[in-house]
Amino acid sequence: MAVQASAGTLRKQRARASAGVRGYGRATPYLFLAPYLLLFLVFVIGPALFGIWMSLHDWDFQLPGKPFVGLQNYKDLFDPLSATAEPFWHGMRATGIFTLASVPFLVAIPLALAVLLNRKFPGRTFFRAVYFAPYVLGVAVIGLMFRYILDTTFGILNAFLGLFGIPEIGWTTEQPWAFVALVAVTVWWTAGFNAIIYLAGLQDIPAEQYEAAELDGANTWQQFRNVTLPGLRPVTVFIVTITLLASANMFGQALLITQGGPGDTTRTALMVITDTGFSQFRMGQAAAMSYLLAIFLSIVALITFALMRERKS
Amino acid sequence: MNTINRRLVLGGIGALGAAGVLAGCGEGSAGNPGAGPATGDGGAKGYEGPNVELDFWNGFTGGDGPFMRKLVDQFNSENANIKVKMTVMQWADYYTKLPTAVSSGRGPAVAIMHVDSLATNAARNVIEPLDDVAKALDLKQEDFSEVVWKAGEYEGKRYGIPLDVHPLGFFYNKTLMTQAGLDPAKPPATADEYAAALDALKAKGIQGHWATPFPFTGVLSVQALLWQFGGQLFNEDSSKATWHEEPGVKALSWFTDLVKNGHSPKNVAQDADNIAVMNGKNAFVWNGIWNINTFKEKKGLEWGVAPLPNIGGTKAAWAGSHQFVLPKLKTPDQNKSTAARVFVNYVSQKSLEWAKGGQVPARKQVRDSAEFKALPEQAALATQIDDLHFPPPVPGIGDALAELNKAVNESVLLKAEPGKALADAAARADKILEANRKKYGA
Repeated sequence: MAVQASAGTLRKQRARASAGVRGYGRATPYLFLAPYLLLFLVFVIGPALFGIWMSLHDWDFQLPGKPFVGLQNYKDLFDPLSATAEPFWHGMRATGIFTLASVPFLVAIPLALAVLLNRKFPGRTFFRAVYFAPYVLGVAVIGLMFRYILDTTFGILNAFLGLFGIPEIGWTTEQPWAFVALVAVTVWWTAGFNAIIYLAGLQDIPAEQYEAAELDGANTWQQFRNVTLPGLRPVTVFIVTITLLASANMFGQALLITQGGPGDTTRTALMVITDTGFSQFRMGQAAAMSYLLAIFLSIVALITFALMRERKS
Repeated sequence: MNTINRRLVLGGIGALGAAGVLAGCGEGSAGNPGAGPATGDGGAKGYEGPNVELDFWNGFTGGDGPFMRKLVDQFNSENANIKVKMTVMQWADYYTKLPTAVSSGRGPAVAIMHVDSLATNAARNVIEPLDDVAKALDLKQEDFSEVVWKAGEYEGKRYGIPLDVHPLGFFYNKTLMTQAGLDPAKPPATADEYAAALDALKAKGIQGHWATPFPFTGVLSVQALLWQFGGQLFNEDSSKATWHEEPGVKALSWFTDLVKNGHSPKNVAQDADNIAVMNGKNAFVWNGIWNINTFKEKKGLEWGVAPLPNIGGTKAAWAGSHQFVLPKLKTPDQNKSTAARVFVNYVSQKSLEWAKGGQVPARKQVRDSAEFKALPEQAALATQIDDLHFPPPVPGIGDALAELNKAVNESVLLKAEPGKALADAAARADKILEANRKKYGA
């Protein structure tokens, strides 16, 4: 990117002893940011503001009348007798359960994997690829595949369990198994991604720290506790946050594998919002739901940050 | 229709209302842009104008797609100045995409829609009335069954030209029936015969009728049973759900009892009921007519299909119907409007070809033809034509029907008693119906 810097700036630059960067003007960082900012404004901030506007109306883009209803859409979500409250809170409950059940596994299992894959052993690269591989599959592939695997009567999983005399389990039609299945599928599918991020973090921990710990007589576990974990703190904060948000936005797995069932127990908030907005065309209500969910997630993310930030001694 | 394919998406969306098919019905606004003026002949005289390209959208992703493609190719070769370009997408996506495309002026000139989506899309100004096409085709109610014909109307205008009906049928595995000492040439047709057949199968250790908790095929079966027991889904003006009244409770109890009495395993997964018939583990399944082609492809499967048994005392079956619609064009284009009508006109008269894709033609003259009678399975199910029911043509009716799906799900999974599940669902549906009345100004 050509940066137009004024002659004056250039002279100042040259005059500097530490002339490391050439042609550096005040606008430079902003110019570098511009492409991203532009996209961010057009595709994130713009629609977000439009969404607020929408949530204050009875909004159906195909109908001529889009009456202004003020905060009614939000009020309805807190009125148990309205048409939107029950599905929405059931959806929030399903999302909450899935998030609480999946995040610990999605944080811990990849960490263990990363530590293992960080050791030197033959075929290490191959195993790294194997664990990462499921992540490249699309959710539609995952959904279809696991519907066959988890089928109550023909599924290979129940067939396998049957060898040990375990009776048929309704992996997609019975609670708590439906959640167990969704969490397990999600862990299998996305653990590789988190593991790769941990691996990158592990490689940033200086070897000297381990050597020093060893000289002090720390065993493997103590080294892990006192060197690896603290060294991974920033990476872990990042992983916990994005995993929380990813789990809270779970949609495809429940849609394709359990179809929101049994009953509506695995119908996540996102499924409810999608349905309200795009098949019932109640976009105002759906936008209000989205904002409520976004507020919840922001609070959760802030709490996570607060709990995990570096404690200044 | 390839059921697995069709259901993967459709069945997965509880919100899709009736049988996983978006429901809808529509109302046209008066000054609709792009509608052919009243002077048009609805495409009866053909199209003489300059070359025109028509986009044609539908959701025929299954085994029915190639049959429609063939008709389109035929039409293109016979009409040098019209080029129809067919685009196929999943029904679930289609019902979301079409309104968006129409509002941005990128909609197709012709499309197919399920009959229960007509009202919603008419009310939302997605499609335009096509009474002129009906007139041009000289379509009269006499040539259609009353329900199919009425279902294409909304607020006194016609929005859909019926292409076919796809009713639920009773599919049975002949091998298993023989094993249980039943006559495969005489499938059970009454409640008593059906119960006796199930018991005979059970005595041989066969669970004879698997009950699934999903729209395909559980909810479709329960709807059929509800009508058989003399009930209705909604009251006269569709302001209240009535499925929690006695007929509905009887219907759902009968279906749930299949599980309670051991004629079905618990927790049957989506499509498992159908696969089980193909694998010789289940004798009976009530599935859509599209299942004919699925069963035909299965080597070594001895199967038959008959009209649904009459369990409740009144003959009735669930059905869907594909209808031609004309999406609104943002910029009126007389040539496109005329050409689109010519195309609809053409395919409507060729619906026998379409029947081979596993459907019942909507038109009586086609159903009565010798060629159609030569398709034994389709012809068998066509006998139900006067006993079919469709949801009322009310905008957003599918939103309310989605609640019935939840009730059937809870009951068949033995999570709730049929009566309670239905009553709770009806209460939720009533709220949705009220909200819809407000929204669509009914």
